[in-house]
Amino acid sequence: MFEDFLYLLRRNGLKVSLTEWMALMEALDQGLHEASFTGFYHLCRCLLVKSEADFDAFDRTFLDYFQGVPFQQEVSDEMLRWLDRPNAPLGEYDEQQAELNETLSALEIETMFRERRHEQREQHNCGNYWVGTHGMSVFGNMGMSPAGIRVGGESRSRRAFRVAGERRYRDFRQDNVLDTRQLQVAFRRLRQFSGLVDLPETEFDVDNTIRDTAENAGVLKVRYKKPRQNTVKVLLLMDSGGSMEYYGSLCSTLFHAVSKTGHFKDLKIYYFHNCPYTRLYKDPTLDPNHALPVSWVLSNIAPEYKVIFVGDAQMHPYELFDPFPVVKEGEPESGLDCLRRFKDRYRHIVWLNPGDRPTWGEEWTETYDTIDRLFPMFPLTVGGLEEGMKKLLAR
Amino acid sequence: MEEFRGSQNYVASEELLRAANIAMVLQKPLLIKGEPGTGKTMLAEAIAQALNKKLIIWNIKSTTKAQDGLYVYDVVQRLYDSQFGGEGVDDIAKYVRLGKLGEAFTADEQVILLIDEIDKADLEFPNDLLWELDRMEFHIPETGETVTAKHRPVVIITSNAEKELPDAFLRRCVFHYIEFPDKELMAEIVRVHFPDLDQKLLDQVLEAFYRIRQLPQIKKKPSTSEIIDWIQALQHGGVAVDRIVKEVPYLGVLLKKNEDIDALRASWK
Repeated sequence: MFEDFLYLLRRNGLKVSLTEWMALMEALDQGLHEASFTGFYHLCRCLLVKSEADFDAFDRTFLDYFQGVPFQQEVSDEMLRWLDRPNAPLGEYDEQQAELNETLSALEIETMFRERRHEQREQHNCGNYWVGTHGMSVFGNMGMSPAGIRVGGESRSRRAFRVAGERRYRDFRQDNVLDTRQLQVAFRRLRQFSGLVDLPETEFDVDNTIRDTAENAGVLKVRYKKPRQNTVKVLLLMDSGGSMEYYGSLCSTLFHAVSKTGHFKDLKIYYFHNCPYTRLYKDPTLDPNHALPVSWVLSNIAPEYKVIFVGDAQMHPYELFDPFPVVKEGEPESGLDCLRRFKDRYRHIVWLNPGDRPTWGEEWTETYDTIDRLFPMFPLTVGGLEEGMKKLLAR
Repeated sequence: MEEFRGSQNYVASEELLRAANIAMVLQKPLLIKGEPGTGKTMLAEAIAQALNKKLIIWNIKSTTKAQDGLYVYDVVQRLYDSQFGGEGVDDIAKYVRLGKLGEAFTADEQVILLIDEIDKADLEFPNDLLWELDRMEFHIPETGETVTAKHRPVVIITSNAEKELPDAFLRRCVFHYIEFPDKELMAEIVRVHFPDLDQKLLDQVLEAFYRIRQLPQIKKKPSTSEIIDWIQALQHGGVAVDRIVKEVPYLGVLLKKNEDIDALRASWK
């Protein structure tokens, strides 16, 4: 029927499958849309969309596709003919009526509209009761009511409140920046049970011992299983100070989420400023008394650690490219060299960036682009974090 | 086909009613998500009551396995019986006990099955139930028996979004997200719990409640169950109506975190 809609949804990033589409067709067959446009909207949404994060995208697509279909099933052709007078003069603005209209809830307007559709026998315009044009009633078109349903005609003052037009679910979109809980949920993805990894079977398996013993007619048969625990170890390196102050609360949220997640086998957190040079710091104040040489970290923290850098990747190019004036034996020679050493040692590295790519100034974009080429970079949002976690788990 | 129109004790939005009816007609599980305290679990009870059907609740915990819902083969009891020479040890069927899902399948009339907080279980849990929920049958290899639903149960699943549910599972569900009720719906909900509540008290309570929810500093926003408790506390304590918005008495009922209480006290005028 309107397969284009399916493809439009898919193009807009909603993963609607054929199963769901067929379910929708079946539902329409059974008349579950209750012969109304609103009903159709709800039906589509609850069958095709499976997460509130996608509601906003769905609303936009729906609006996009069905914009030209003003309540076909709800309104008789006769009524639409009455309403087709775009160039008629405006009625009088009635302030009291406007205030009254604003207090009506969507449901009330909806009910009133249903009643009028049955009552109305002729054309009524510029009034405050019937479905008509240029008036103060809450339905019709070209009207002046602050709230209402547009019936026929073209949108003009954009005050019609119809469901899909409101974008009430904007807040749920996944590209929104996040709170601790959402972050924690994202970090939970970062787990790899040793059931998947090769480990000796050391843990006593009660269930299977009992089962096998019973099946063995009561003669004891002991069974062991692989211990099941998260084997992921994480090395978190956070940029601190300078341009990162701006993202302070976001980074502290991330920090809380990581440390609270608590299911990593090991978690090490170090700090740096702009780019780790030769030293990493144990606390965000970058106190030199609590610093570790990068070479120590590189040689002592095993390559199976998954490394997460957090930073805006914006600094003066010399901080990244210029060689250090004094280089100790075995220490990195420049900021970039230091990052390369990380890349060589650790297979799984992602860079989470709380900011966007700068739109001005070559100096700033140069370091951003260099780091972006070096490590897979993701925005520090729910979606970005999830992508990043997937990258870290990829074998 | 019977239709669900809300019940005496449960106020549902138009959208929720539609979703519930769509799920029932299409015979697909209804997946309900929403903020805590928006009445996800209550919905199943209300539907069961409105349609006058039995409600079977399967509470999911982090240790729950899909198998538990189908049946449990009590091997230990059998072993025990065999060593002490109990009767009928040969009969395996005696030791197979049906789980909640099995119970719903074998019921003599249509029942409502609530799978509560499915996201608590292991990530693989929903996938393990795909076939069973799709075909409404499962096989017990120990006895060679196949349990098929006599009457397709109405399946309602709730989730707090702690874990993502697998796509294959989602594809088979009708989805509804319960939004936090607006002031009008909330007034209606409160009315259901307190039919003869003074209108002035209700207005004051709602004003204070929604103002608190709008404060950005509050970490754990109070929900429906908290407003109900709060009204109960206010009634019980006999607090004068005009003090409610001004002083927010019994704040501990609404806010459960110390820092939230401090934040509110600091910003409340």
